[in-house]
Amino acid sequence: MSILDAKVPAGPIEKKWSEHKDHIRLVNPANKRRIDVIVVGTGLAGASAAASLAELGYNVKSFCFQDSSRRAHSIAAQGGINAAKNYPNDGDSVYRLFYDTLKGGDYRSRESNTWRLAEVSANIIDQCVAQGVPFARDYGGLLDNRSFGGALVSRTFYARGQTGQQLLLGAYSALMRQVGKGKVKMYDRHEMQDLVVVDGKARGIIARNLITGELERHGAHAVLLCTGGYGNVFFLSTNAMGSNVTAAWKAHKRGAYMANPCYTQIHPTCIPVSGDHQSKLTLMSESLRNDGRIWVPKKLEDAKAIQEGRKKGSDIPEDERDYYLERRYPSFGNLVPRDVASRAAKERCDAGFGVNRTGEAVYLDFTSAIERYGKLEANVHHIDNPSPEKIRELGMKVVSEKYGNLFDMYENIVGENAYVHAMKIYPAVHYTMGGLWVDYNLQSTIPGMYVLGEANFSDHGANRLGASALMQGLADGYFILPYTIADQLSSEIRTGPIKTDTAPFDEAENAVRERTDRFFNTKGTEPVDHFHRRLGKVMWEKCGMARNAAGLKEGIAEIRKIREEFWANVRVPGKPNELNQELEKAGRVADFLELGELMCMDALERNESCGGHFREEFQTGEGEALRDDDNYAYVAAWEWKGDPGSEVMHKEELKFEALKLSQRSYK
Amino acid sequence: MGNMKLTLKIWRQAGPDAKGAMVDYPVTDISEDMSFLEMLDVLNDKLVREGKEPIAFDHDCREGICGSCSLFIDGRPHGPSRHITTCQLHMRKFKDGDVIHVEPWRAGSFPVIKDLVVDRGAFDRIQAAGGFVSVNTMGNLVDANAQPIAKQDSDKAFDAAACIGCGACVAACPNSSAMLFVAAKVSQYALLPQGRPEAKSRALNMVEQMDKEGFGNCSNIGACEMECPKDISLENIARLNREYLGAEWTKE
Repeated sequence: MSILDAKVPAGPIEKKWSEHKDHIRLVNPANKRRIDVIVVGTGLAGASAAASLAELGYNVKSFCFQDSSRRAHSIAAQGGINAAKNYPNDGDSVYRLFYDTLKGGDYRSRESNTWRLAEVSANIIDQCVAQGVPFARDYGGLLDNRSFGGALVSRTFYARGQTGQQLLLGAYSALMRQVGKGKVKMYDRHEMQDLVVVDGKARGIIARNLITGELERHGAHAVLLCTGGYGNVFFLSTNAMGSNVTAAWKAHKRGAYMANPCYTQIHPTCIPVSGDHQSKLTLMSESLRNDGRIWVPKKLEDAKAIQEGRKKGSDIPEDERDYYLERRYPSFGNLVPRDVASRAAKERCDAGFGVNRTGEAVYLDFTSAIERYGKLEANVHHIDNPSPEKIRELGMKVVSEKYGNLFDMYENIVGENAYVHAMKIYPAVHYTMGGLWVDYNLQSTIPGMYVLGEANFSDHGANRLGASALMQGLADGYFILPYTIADQLSSEIRTGPIKTDTAPFDEAENAVRERTDRFFNTKGTEPVDHFHRRLGKVMWEKCGMARNAAGLKEGIAEIRKIREEFWANVRVPGKPNELNQELEKAGRVADFLELGELMCMDALERNESCGGHFREEFQTGEGEALRDDDNYAYVAAWEWKGDPGSEVMHKEELKFEALKLSQRSYK
Repeated sequence: MGNMKLTLKIWRQAGPDAKGAMVDYPVTDISEDMSFLEMLDVLNDKLVREGKEPIAFDHDCREGICGSCSLFIDGRPHGPSRHITTCQLHMRKFKDGDVIHVEPWRAGSFPVIKDLVVDRGAFDRIQAAGGFVSVNTMGNLVDANAQPIAKQDSDKAFDAAACIGCGACVAACPNSSAMLFVAAKVSQYALLPQGRPEAKSRALNMVEQMDKEGFGNCSNIGACEMECPKDISLENIARLNREYLGAEWTKE
């Protein structure tokens, strides 16, 4: 084990970033044209980085596995993006955004990175507005804000329920502008299969052309991984079907450390599982918790009647309802952070109070919001003595304007009208705070390889607050990496183009080819999804919302067994040299089967509870997460040692200078 | 498990130059809670187990926003329901015993790659021709609230920006026109002050690229609007025509 150096600049926290920028080495504009950069992934982090680097003059190659760079999964983010603009004059500041994010992450993120994120947050909004992103506005024509979980101020900017889409299309438009100019060469329907390391530096990738199956070699002076999170290790998650860990995992096997892999975010408001056929879970934006109230029946017999279909939610009178978040956390109520809300839902359902057939659902109810808004609207429109029906009608209109698309989505999937019947929700895997370890410059433990956005580990600690993922993706891509990368690239101006007819490229390509052959040669009987579903079930049960040492050990043993069976019995039909979606899935699942074991190891090693990592052995008398700052205030960064399960852990000690560590409380 | 039995008639085509054909596939045990794509997952699982080639189709987010999924279902892009994508279509919209036809988008500018997968790269090239505001990432920005934008303009820009680039408009159009797609992007920027400085060149360049890609002309049929999963209005095409004509007449 070693102690990792994050290269955090010295000085007071509020000066670190500006001082660092002032002293970073620069590359002169003419020399930028001699430098090639590969960007893998075209989500918010990847598209914004690729566009910004091309604008600066670097030659960029951009890769995505989707058929267009506009489809990366950032597009599905619904609720919003935080920024410390303090437009509502409610007391927000860089410090407060920093404080909320660090506290929200249960003091397990790197303080300097979190501060920097808060510091550049306001620029992001300015940049996006300049690009023509249609954020929500008020009647005065100014930008509107709303509040989000884990904060007591309204700092979230949004574009209806499609904020991720609008921000991504903004970044995509910037990227396409550079594609049109020829400064970015776009490789869509290409999937990174391996990282090529030459003399200790990241120098390129092997990519599979997903249409022809051809393996391609691409060389560059630096490689950026902006490849998102690994939530699909659980099979069922809110991620897109194609979201995967392969690029990050291959880099891990080439020497990049994987940090805090067990930190997983389980989002409290998703549509519950409906059956075994389920392929993914759908998120209902956290913004719904601004107006929806979460409850289950107070009496066990009422819950049972609902589960058996003998009663409906609307049959339960007001004083028989347990608004358990409002009861347990009076100061934050329904707006507690995601980890807290998810665990509270699990606690109620485990105790038998769930409100659907499977007993794994709670109500998210808009009745009181509809009434409240209806009364306001009646006043605004000078309607005296409105009838309850009129109030309801007016209120429903307001709720529909705010969340209409989410209610429609719910009805499509569930077949129930949420204006009439309270919505049913349950937690689901949504985001991974863990990821590849990076230093302050976003450089991994492989020189020349940088990791941005959800794929890195640095900003959110053990739990990410709502509306912070979009913020981090764009902060990294627009405003952080374009500065920090120059430090390394300034030494590359005489390197010349990276040749790809060299031994390290041969070796990497052969490794990919051998693995592909192995998939086809296994000639087993079970499709890839069979193994993926089994892995997901183990991960959810043993390394999900609550974990314990015994379960994690069982999980490791079970994952090993599934992995062995996978390699003995997987069936991949078709050929390697064609569009072959089963082959694509096989490659991704093979990597998940190794990652899953490391996640369990990491969770087992961390003998404390923090944020999304809840070890049942470590909790307060009231069932809250119990941190152990004396022994676990560090980042666990795992080094690959040739086989899954044999990784070695390195530590980065977390030092807190600007904030004092304290018990996280939302009561 | 559910109990619906269906007959699927699905377009199979081995590659871009191969001859394709409709092939019958019976499926059983379909639950009404399944999405249409989950129903295809069930079929593909069965095909793989039988040693047959599964059906290739594009899909990713499965929540109606990425625009990957397509499918011409019983003669309609994204199937029988309005304002949703194929991935949001659920089997409760079908009945036991139904025969369902599934085809790829049919348009010369969207060549078939395999089975139900088509190449929509033309949309990216149209976007690269002018679908942006020429603003670099700026180190020193003007505050976002320095310039108020009337809510109605901003809302209309949003309505146009909601396009997911799926291509249903092209698939629905008898002329395979991409006017609704182009109009949505041109409108989003034309309605915002940030987009005005380049409004003329944008309209001209995007339309030029659209024509180069071989999309057909618009003859005001309106099928695109009917089938658009995001309810993009024909009004945008009228706006594109105004923008384009204005730009054409005043170009230097």
